[in-house]
Amino acid sequence: MSDDNKKLLAELEDALANCMKCGNCMEVCPIYKEFKTESTVARGKIALMEAVLSGQSEITAGFDQRMAMCVSCKACTAKCPCGVKADELIIKGREAIVKTRGLHPIKKAAFALLKARPLFDFGLRMAGVFGPLAFKKLPGRLATVARFPMPGLDRKRIMAPIASTPLRSQVPEVVKVDNPKLRVAFFTGCTINYIYTDVGQAVLNVLKENDVEVTLPALQHCCAVPVHISGDIELAKVFAKHNIETFERYNPDYIVAACGSCTMAWKKDYPEMFADDPEMKARAEKLAARTYEISQFLVDVVKFRRDNLGEVKAKVTMHDPCHMARGIAVTAQPREVLKAIPGLEFVEMKEPARCCGAGGSFSLAHYDVARTINDRKLADIASTGADTVATGCGMCRMHITDGLVQSGRNEQVFHTVQLLDRAYKAGKKDEPKKAKDEFHFH
Amino acid sequence: MQSGLIDSLKGIVGAEHVLTSQEDLLCYSYDATPGFSHMPEAVVMPGTADEVAKVLAAANEAKIPVYPRGSGTNLSAGTVPLKGGIVLLMTRMNKIVEIDTANLIAVAEPGVVVGDLNKAVEEFGLIYPPDPGTVATATLGGTVSENAGGLRGLKYGVSKHYVMGLEVVLADGRILNTGGKTVKDVAGYDLTKLFTGSEGTLGVITKITVKLMPAPEARRSMLATFAKLDDAGQAIAAIIAAKIIPATLEIMDNATVRTVEDYAKVGLPTDVEAVLLIEVDGIAEVVEKDSAKVVEVLKANNAAEIRVAQDAAERDKIWAARRAALPALAKLRPTTFVEDATVPRSKVPDMIRAVNEIAARHAVTIGTFGHAGDGNLHPTIVCDIRDDAEMDRVYKAMDEIFAVSLQLGGTLSGEHGIGVGKLRYMESQFGPAGMAAMRAIKKALDPNCILNPGKLVGECL
Repeated sequence: MSDDNKKLLAELEDALANCMKCGNCMEVCPIYKEFKTESTVARGKIALMEAVLSGQSEITAGFDQRMAMCVSCKACTAKCPCGVKADELIIKGREAIVKTRGLHPIKKAAFALLKARPLFDFGLRMAGVFGPLAFKKLPGRLATVARFPMPGLDRKRIMAPIASTPLRSQVPEVVKVDNPKLRVAFFTGCTINYIYTDVGQAVLNVLKENDVEVTLPALQHCCAVPVHISGDIELAKVFAKHNIETFERYNPDYIVAACGSCTMAWKKDYPEMFADDPEMKARAEKLAARTYEISQFLVDVVKFRRDNLGEVKAKVTMHDPCHMARGIAVTAQPREVLKAIPGLEFVEMKEPARCCGAGGSFSLAHYDVARTINDRKLADIASTGADTVATGCGMCRMHITDGLVQSGRNEQVFHTVQLLDRAYKAGKKDEPKKAKDEFHFH
Repeated sequence: MQSGLIDSLKGIVGAEHVLTSQEDLLCYSYDATPGFSHMPEAVVMPGTADEVAKVLAAANEAKIPVYPRGSGTNLSAGTVPLKGGIVLLMTRMNKIVEIDTANLIAVAEPGVVVGDLNKAVEEFGLIYPPDPGTVATATLGGTVSENAGGLRGLKYGVSKHYVMGLEVVLADGRILNTGGKTVKDVAGYDLTKLFTGSEGTLGVITKITVKLMPAPEARRSMLATFAKLDDAGQAIAAIIAAKIIPATLEIMDNATVRTVEDYAKVGLPTDVEAVLLIEVDGIAEVVEKDSAKVVEVLKANNAAEIRVAQDAAERDKIWAARRAALPALAKLRPTTFVEDATVPRSKVPDMIRAVNEIAARHAVTIGTFGHAGDGNLHPTIVCDIRDDAEMDRVYKAMDEIFAVSLQLGGTLSGEHGIGVGKLRYMESQFGPAGMAAMRAIKKALDPNCILNPGKLVGECL
């Protein structure tokens, strides 16, 4: 083991020793539920790290494979009676792997592209323009399937199309309103900017309805969560620093994101990444305190308008993304948003915060497992009888849509804020009718 | 282990169900007991009783040790493969075979998680009462093999009171069946009870028939604090003397109460010597009457404060305090030994006092909580296993705790089993004749001593 790695793992020694091997993590780990073997659950991974630390084992390809088998859903950490932060420890284990063995080749290629922001931007714009050549659109869904085999992509897999024009090119950098109550900076994240621009448009609309001026800083970059959980901490810090510097220039009242993982990056990961750098840490903390997930912002800060909401006829259930439920603990607010919508029937599924299997890039590397985990989510959705699934994460939306389409089911998956947007729009359609009613009444 | 044997194991269960990589073997070198660890040479995951039979026949032929294992939540090192060989992982055999509501019986494979069995029978208004702390992860096979107990032990007993029949694979691969669905069955030796709690030393359980109980229609929880430990002890005895058998009657000592309060802030006074937590269950009218009587008894025995839960939220709050006991203690230090020394219930205050005295004398940190109603206490020792000097003192304290428990007319284990963790005290409880009888049974059923060797009865060759 290199000195670097020894130091890295030695710092973890006490944290690892706090695991009393009770095995409570087995109850909640979505991957353990499929395999029922120790190396798939946090307790086993912690034992493996301890073995490396004690010199009983090395950072081998086998170690790498086993550390990779984690969706980073944080369920083990939430469950642990001893407060062991297994999710973070597994990331540290991956960090040691990156330092010893380097990144997985597919991830390496993807991150190299990510690293150069303008090149990444160009690549995804081109993918949006030329995507239809490679991906066939499926009617009635924001979904496509590959026309020919591609590396790292399962042939059957249903993807969302890359937008022909990214969100930030569809709108001006500052989206003004007549009487701004607040000024926010919108951190779009990659999924919303390049793929689910419909969510971005919905965010802009609902903020506009609530007299909030929105800036979309042009030079913002990936939130760093994918590279961070893969163990490439150095690259993650480059992204974090870039984003912090970019947003500081706008000095917004608030930063808003519409993705659990992006919000978690700003609120928790960035301050922690700079634990050794007091100056950057302070800057990260200052912005973290102003960062809100969109439903949390609408409910807790803006106290969104409810008097002009029209009817949305839908039976809706909610899937809580891992990084919303356990990363930033935002589960009440999206429900409050849905319950405020007239005509909408909300029905809770049994395990709304159970991982859907997407796990960001996990589903790229382990598609079959990701789909098996997804099947449980699909069954849970089916038992509610809902026709619509609301969620707060683009990756979850894509993965659940994939499962639904492949199972021949008709439920639609939306971001929570899209349903609110629809209610505001329905309210406008109702207006002439309302005015007439009022006139009649008088 | 010879590669020829590995190949034949792969032939029996399929290559993907035999793990031999160093990383996987490391993951089966431990269970939930601190201080014991050893790597197996292979992990074999059978899918049927027939496969278990073939694996055992092959291992017996080659005289290779076999350790049956479920989720590995053991607290006595019962599943640690101390002599290498094969870990027989039963988690693939996880089907609930039958829920027979006419006979109030369930039949299940050993890999079923106990909590999942309970969820399955819940819709018929039934429960499977044994509820160890790890009920959400532990397997039925593991809990039956360890004769696991739980919080409801006072009224409902331990695993052996619910096992009606077993399918067992013997060491040489022969399959036998014991018991069945009949409540009255007095034919022959009670092999069902013999294999229940045998900790994988006599055979491998491949199917389990258990008795189910009607779910209680009502329950009420209470919490009482006591300035004096003896008053708490008197209250325990007086509740039973008043002919009330609560489902649960738990105690936490002062060290535990202080730690819990510090950790979970549930509003417990930290200057009391003991806290009792009580739940009565059953028919609504009876629960009403019993809980009123319990409150009377608590008052008569100088309880300082009594809280009676009026709704589910208040009930949760009361039990949150008890649930926090182990995690709160475990968080104090890296290593946690949860022991389960058990005494007659009238001796609970004496036992707690003795444990406190032992802790002070050896300068180790021990919090005691547990199932006061059935005398099953959990002296919980927190320490750091990396500190040799401290561990010397810990092991001395442990020896004395078990010695006291036997002196008070108790037993080494109320629900965790013996494994290898408590093996060295066995002769004190059973004497030479008792140990010889147990070893004779072991040798008769497993002449090559391949099944979980060295555990429960020690070396027997």
